[in-house]
Amino acid sequence: MAKIAVMGDYDSIYGFSALGLSIFPIRDNDEEEASRIFRNLAENDFGIIYITEELAAVISREIAKYRDCPEPAVILIPGIHGNTGEGIAGVKKTVEQAVGSDILFSNE
Amino acid sequence: MAATQVNPTRMELTRLKKKLTTAIRGHRLLKDKRDELMRQYLDLVRENMALRKKVEKGIEDANRNFVLARAGMSEETLKTALLAPKQEISLKVSTRNVMSVDVPVYHYTTRTADKNDIFSYGFAFTSADLDGAVQSLSDILPDMIRLAETEKSCQMMAAEIEKTRRRVNALEHVIIPETQEGIRYITMKLDENERSTQVRLMKVKDMVLNDAHHYDEKMASGE
Repeated sequence: MAKIAVMGDYDSIYGFSALGLSIFPIRDNDEEEASRIFRNLAENDFGIIYITEELAAVISREIAKYRDCPEPAVILIPGIHGNTGEGIAGVKKTVEQAVGSDILFSNE
Repeated sequence: MAATQVNPTRMELTRLKKKLTTAIRGHRLLKDKRDELMRQYLDLVRENMALRKKVEKGIEDANRNFVLARAGMSEETLKTALLAPKQEISLKVSTRNVMSVDVPVYHYTTRTADKNDIFSYGFAFTSADLDGAVQSLSDILPDMIRLAETEKSCQMMAAEIEKTRRRVNALEHVIIPETQEGIRYITMKLDENERSTQVRLMKVKDMVLNDAHHYDEKMASGE
């Protein structure tokens, strides 16, 4: 049975622990620690990794490596400091990749 | 265009003709695959966008509630309250085949069936805002899982569409024209060879007949 992980700064993610998701707080968006933990999670039977947009921006290179793999699904969520729009931009990027240009959401 | 060197032989011609039929068939199949993938992808990506907006809004609302909850109690109390969660979620990952892309399908089960097990703390020392915050987060969890499913599927399908599109283009604009050019070159060459053989034979026949009947000498003597 796979598990679900949530990564980000503690304030953004502590609520998820009550629901039964595994939380992995990263202090001060530390790149080295974050990528170490992220790699560890990706190799160890975590089906979904939710990660705050702020932290994802720090370790975007690590995340890109797992983009085409079936596992894990890396999903950006807004942190406590608000929405950076990175998640929406990610969806638009897949449209661009598939269609050639963003014909669906370009005027949103 | 004939940059590639082809041997003008019949064997090569048969090989190229076979290659051309395969390429045309492959091109048609891949084009169909691309179109169908694209159709399914567009439906999925619209759902993905809608879900993402919903989830982002849900999480932002929940975060607002958590800020309120945190303001109403000390950090120690809060950490203690959430220290030992009662509920646990396990995820069953299976795959669904969409046009030879294995996209994930998630089923999740909670360890206990009781919905209230998300509250892992006694209600005496925590503020009521925390209950609301945890509840609001719990409400959007199914959508979050569904979002993970569609978003991952979209990413994988987009990669596959890109790959298929490149293959279709390569077949359509490179492989098929090059093979046709090769076939044309070989047929021309073979035809040319045949004509030169014919001419040579006619010439030889002339010479042989001349040797037998001495037409030249008769012409010269004016008969």
